[in-house]
Amino acid sequence: MKKVFQLIDLDCAHCAARMEEGIRKLAGVTDVSVNFLTQKLTLEADDEVFEKVLRQAVKICRKIEPDCTVVIQ
Amino acid sequence: MTRKQKKLLCRILSAVVLLIAALLCDRYLGERLNAVQLLCLYLPAYFAAGFDVLKRALKNILGGQIFDENFLMALATIGALAIGFLPEGEPELAEAVLVMIFYQIGELFQSIAVGKSRRSIAALMDIRPDTARVLRDGAEFEVSPDTVAVGELISVRPGERIPLDGTVTEGCSDLNTVALTGEALPRTVKVGDAAISGATNLFGALVIRVEKLYRDSTVARILALVENAAAKKAKTEKFITRFARYYTPFVVISALLVALLPPLFSGTFAASFPMWLARALTFLVISCPCALVISVPLSFFGGIGGASRHGILIKGSMHLEQLAKARTVVFDKTGTLTKGTFTVTGICPVSGTAEDLLLLAAAAEQRSNHPIARALLAAANAPLPKVKEIRELAGRGVMAQVNGQEIAVGNGALMHDVGAAHAASQESGTLVHVAQNGTYLGYIAIADTLKPTARDAILALRDTGVANTVMLTGDRAAAAHAVARELGITSWHADLLPTDKVAKIEHLLAASHRGTVAFAGDGINDAPVLSRADVGIAMGALGSDAAIEAADVVLMDDDPQKIATAIKAARRTLRIVRQNIVLTLGVKVSVLLCSALGLLGTWQMPIAIFADVGVLVLAILNAMRTLKAARICN
Repeated sequence: MKKVFQLIDLDCAHCAARMEEGIRKLAGVTDVSVNFLTQKLTLEADDEVFEKVLRQAVKICRKIEPDCTVVIQ
Repeated sequence: MTRKQKKLLCRILSAVVLLIAALLCDRYLGERLNAVQLLCLYLPAYFAAGFDVLKRALKNILGGQIFDENFLMALATIGALAIGFLPEGEPELAEAVLVMIFYQIGELFQSIAVGKSRRSIAALMDIRPDTARVLRDGAEFEVSPDTVAVGELISVRPGERIPLDGTVTEGCSDLNTVALTGEALPRTVKVGDAAISGATNLFGALVIRVEKLYRDSTVARILALVENAAAKKAKTEKFITRFARYYTPFVVISALLVALLPPLFSGTFAASFPMWLARALTFLVISCPCALVISVPLSFFGGIGGASRHGILIKGSMHLEQLAKARTVVFDKTGTLTKGTFTVTGICPVSGTAEDLLLLAAAAEQRSNHPIARALLAAANAPLPKVKEIRELAGRGVMAQVNGQEIAVGNGALMHDVGAAHAASQESGTLVHVAQNGTYLGYIAIADTLKPTARDAILALRDTGVANTVMLTGDRAAAAHAVARELGITSWHADLLPTDKVAKIEHLLAASHRGTVAFAGDGINDAPVLSRADVGIAMGALGSDAAIEAADVVLMDDDPQKIATAIKAARRTLRIVRQNIVLTLGVKVSVLLCSALGLLGTWQMPIAIFADVGVLVLAILNAMRTLKAARICN
């Protein structure tokens, strides 16, 4: 499954690169990109574990840039 | 300004006021205060400016992130505050507060500049239609474009953007396609014409029958393409990310060495340590690689956005880099340099008039759909004689009964079959021979017409420094030679099958030692060549899925001049990227060196802060120039 999430207050490009790096290492992630310019997180992961991976990804984002929030509808 | 930015601004201003108050107290009471009391004087200003930095730094250390810019800023300023407590240490209280204030001003500027550039790039690509007016049961409903099904009717009022691809069923108007193709001249549409999503309806009300779902429509495909472009990173971009990973630890370790080594070797550790510590702290201030990490992708993205405004879609910064290095441009002939529509260029009857010969040939070909037949019919443009028993002979031509006579229209092989002898001809283009009852009547020459801008396109490429232009074609050598000579193309290869074209491209790739090889084609049956070349450029791709898929660069209209424009835009973008790398690294390295040598004096901290955030803002402003890249080259 592949989903795109909006990021709010992602202010540091270096952090975006580090988020991407961190999320990529999670088990079950097939592809991920954190786009600093469009402020979007594109996450592609196995269907069974998607929710779990997403939770971990959000945690990583918060750890790297505390002000940044991932919008999940 | 966003709320977050306003809050930051308020904090900066209050910190400035508190700092001025502290400086005044220091000036009049400073003699009577001890080190701790002095520190307490400056602490309110320090916390007002930097409490969030301290908070984040603490949080990140607990989370295991050491080389984080908040932590480094906190360390640098706390170090500066503490230096006064060391024996022989000069108090640097005001400097510490000032550094924090400057840092926050920099953050504010950065946030504003990045937000602004992000918005102007987004505005460039603001072709996304928000709603579609769909007609259901005679009433009009405003719905989201992705809920409209194929076959439904939508209404588009003047001034509105067409939300989905389709065909006009009612009304006529002019469409502005500037956001899609960069072509400023409006395109006139009437009933039966194709309407492309993303184009703006200029004056008449239109009803359009939807032919594609939103996600397959031109507008959605363009947006997806440009947004995903950032994912295909250029080599420079990857290098910067890798560099950033080592830069911060490197600077922090050097800071440690600067603080410890010289005092250790000086023999008087206690006396010289405070001075070296102060120098080391300035290292920490410039240890964030953010200027590079932001400005390089921003430049690439701006370059891609600017080019898209001119109908040049570049599918990734990787391709931008390849395009900038193009030294050889290979063209497909038909549809790329020529219009791909045939016209009659010469009629050569053995006996009788040219009109009669054309009329006979057109009559025999009137049922055929072949481009050559259409050219003959267009040229004849008169009532045709009666025809019976039309037989199409694949790869040869047509035989038919015209006015009771057996007419053969086709190539040399057909003439041989019917026993009509004919002389060889020097005419360029394709020859259509005509014979009546086995007697040769003459031939009609048919050729593809050159695009009006083809010549200028080759000239413009030569001006940009693309020394080598090559034309590949499946057409006859004589036709290829004529086109190459007319346009000034350096070399050409004719009589090629699609597989031969791939072999030729591979040969050219192997032969080019310097620079890259770009291939421009119309996307019809040259997809393998498009993907094999360093840069595949598909032309006139509005609506052609295969071409958009296979190519790296897509020209939305079919003007070959855009190839040179794209190369120029790519080069300008790369130039700006290089400027930014040199600027940021140059300033940082020289400030590092100067502060290590103690050349910056008491202002070393504020100067270091400028090297960090001032340069970052300059780099962002420079990156924004890429947005204009394509405009300037036109």
